[in-house]
Amino acid sequence: MLDETEEGHVTEDGRQIGGVLMEMRNITLRFGGVVAIKDISFDIRKGEIRAIIGPNGAGKSSMLNVISGFYHPQEGEIWFKGARRKPMKPYQVARQGIARTFQNIALFEGMSVIDNIMTGRLTHMRSGLFSQALWWGPAEREELENREVVERIIDFLEIQHIRKTPVARLPYGLKKRVELARALAAEPELLLLDEPMAGMNVEEKEDMSRFILDVNDEFGTTIALIEHDMGVVMDLSDRVVVMDYGRKIGDGPPEEIRNNQDVIDAYLGVAHD
Amino acid sequence: MIYREAGDFKTTYRDDSQTFPIRFDRRAYYALVAVAFLVLPFVMNDYWASAVFVPFLIYSIAAIGLNILTGYCGQVSLGTGGFMAVGAYAAYKLMTAFPELNIFFVVLLSGGVTAGVGVLFGLPSLRIKGFYLAVATLAAQFFLVWLFNKVPWFYNYSASGQINAPERTIFGIIVTGPSTPAWSKYLFCLTILFILSWVARNLTRGEVGRTWMAIRDMDIAAEIIGVNPLKAKLTAFAVSSFFVGVAGALFFAVYLGAVEVTEAFGIQKSFLVLFMIIIGGLGSMFGSFAGAAFLVLLPVFLKNALVGGLGWPTDLAAHLELMIVGALIIVFLIAEPHGIAALWRTAKEKLRLWPFPH
Repeated sequence: MLDETEEGHVTEDGRQIGGVLMEMRNITLRFGGVVAIKDISFDIRKGEIRAIIGPNGAGKSSMLNVISGFYHPQEGEIWFKGARRKPMKPYQVARQGIARTFQNIALFEGMSVIDNIMTGRLTHMRSGLFSQALWWGPAEREELENREVVERIIDFLEIQHIRKTPVARLPYGLKKRVELARALAAEPELLLLDEPMAGMNVEEKEDMSRFILDVNDEFGTTIALIEHDMGVVMDLSDRVVVMDYGRKIGDGPPEEIRNNQDVIDAYLGVAHD
Repeated sequence: MIYREAGDFKTTYRDDSQTFPIRFDRRAYYALVAVAFLVLPFVMNDYWASAVFVPFLIYSIAAIGLNILTGYCGQVSLGTGGFMAVGAYAAYKLMTAFPELNIFFVVLLSGGVTAGVGVLFGLPSLRIKGFYLAVATLAAQFFLVWLFNKVPWFYNYSASGQINAPERTIFGIIVTGPSTPAWSKYLFCLTILFILSWVARNLTRGEVGRTWMAIRDMDIAAEIIGVNPLKAKLTAFAVSSFFVGVAGALFFAVYLGAVEVTEAFGIQKSFLVLFMIIIGGLGSMFGSFAGAAFLVLLPVFLKNALVGGLGWPTDLAAHLELMIVGALIIVFLIAEPHGIAALWRTAKEKLRLWPFPH
């Protein structure tokens, strides 16, 4: 069971869960008169798989967009690695070590798979415009070093055969995998996955689940994911946040969430008597 | 059979990421460079140099420049003519103010000046996209041409309002001014094109190029992986304007020798270079060359065929030429919207399998 100490704990399957990596404190997000997120607090611990679930329109994606810097909440604080985060632009968030994928695949369609994944290394590349214009020396060395990292990720996700294929020609399931590869290439501390299994068949879902577990296990990456498939969520995640109409109605390990009356009501509806 | 990649194994990532991964392509490229530098200067005459080769080289530089901005970074620009004018006038001012300065550095510095101006006019691109940005760059085009007409300081208060390139030499060889031999114009432009296309290739295959393409394909996703959109767009404007400025400086100093801004760098020039990259292929180095060659050669070919071959009157041929070029552009856009570069790619893929396509 969950141990609430700062030092963290070890899960049943032997993974190390550390202290708090990211903490959302009393986040409220409004669009004009619409309240998308209302006074939500939760934390994400180092090394865990954290799921955010809820019915359509509950504010899950908005929450992810707040974390990645697309939306700026009107109230509340975001704490990352023990420091309060100032309002920042998405590219600054990326440089802090947060990568993500999108619900609707957001790959660069005009580029090959390898180039797409190489863009993920951007935050690790330093050489300036002039040294790149010359190519010889530092720029080439840096390019080749990063290429090696990218090739390891390609091996890991088993997409060697499509390395040079333009992304536009790939089927949906593979595109999802390439997008995951691009996010992984950044070697993020926190990986946000927005519905990684939307629109997949059972086989593809199994593959993707395996990759998510492997990423968490091998690289120790902390993962926060939004997913609709309850079976997947309950199997994968260490802790689950449940949202409904912008409010938090549940937070805890899967078995606890499964028996939470508010959650059952939100998903199945309540009889009015 | 000759053109194949089977058996040509790459054992390092360095080999795998070279410009011409197929051995046949590589050899063809070396041969082409050798012919361009070692054979052509000795065999060409004045007509070929001034009608075909020199304009082709200069327009290639301009097309590569615009392709970096429009093809790689996705920012449409209609200000190419104006930016070429900046390069030309910068070259003129530098040549007259610092007569001792080597013409090679004059050309590079003109590119630098244009890069600065390009960044300035690129600033709106952070807020506006697509057609709206095109209109903003159109404003740059008209403003710059107006400026060079209006302020006499730019043409050193000459009575005609024209600018004339004084004579300059490199290693004792005349490259600008009225008495320049054709082959030295050609070699000078070729050298600059050779260096700049190598730079462009390095930039587009590396991190900067991927940043540009990321902005082009999906700016939101680009931002989420850590691309600073401001920096990416402004470097594209700067690099692109540098190339266009160099092309403008060469167009004035080496090719024409004397320039009147409205005539040489009007809106037609912007469209001409834009057509080059659309016909050649957006986001392709090869496309920049192919487009420039196509639009430089086509009028020459048509004129020779109609006037020389069929004996038609020159004015009729000139009008027909406009119509044919226009029609060809439309046909091209319908039949192959990705340009000559896409045709070339398809041809190469077919050639790889030939003669056993199954």
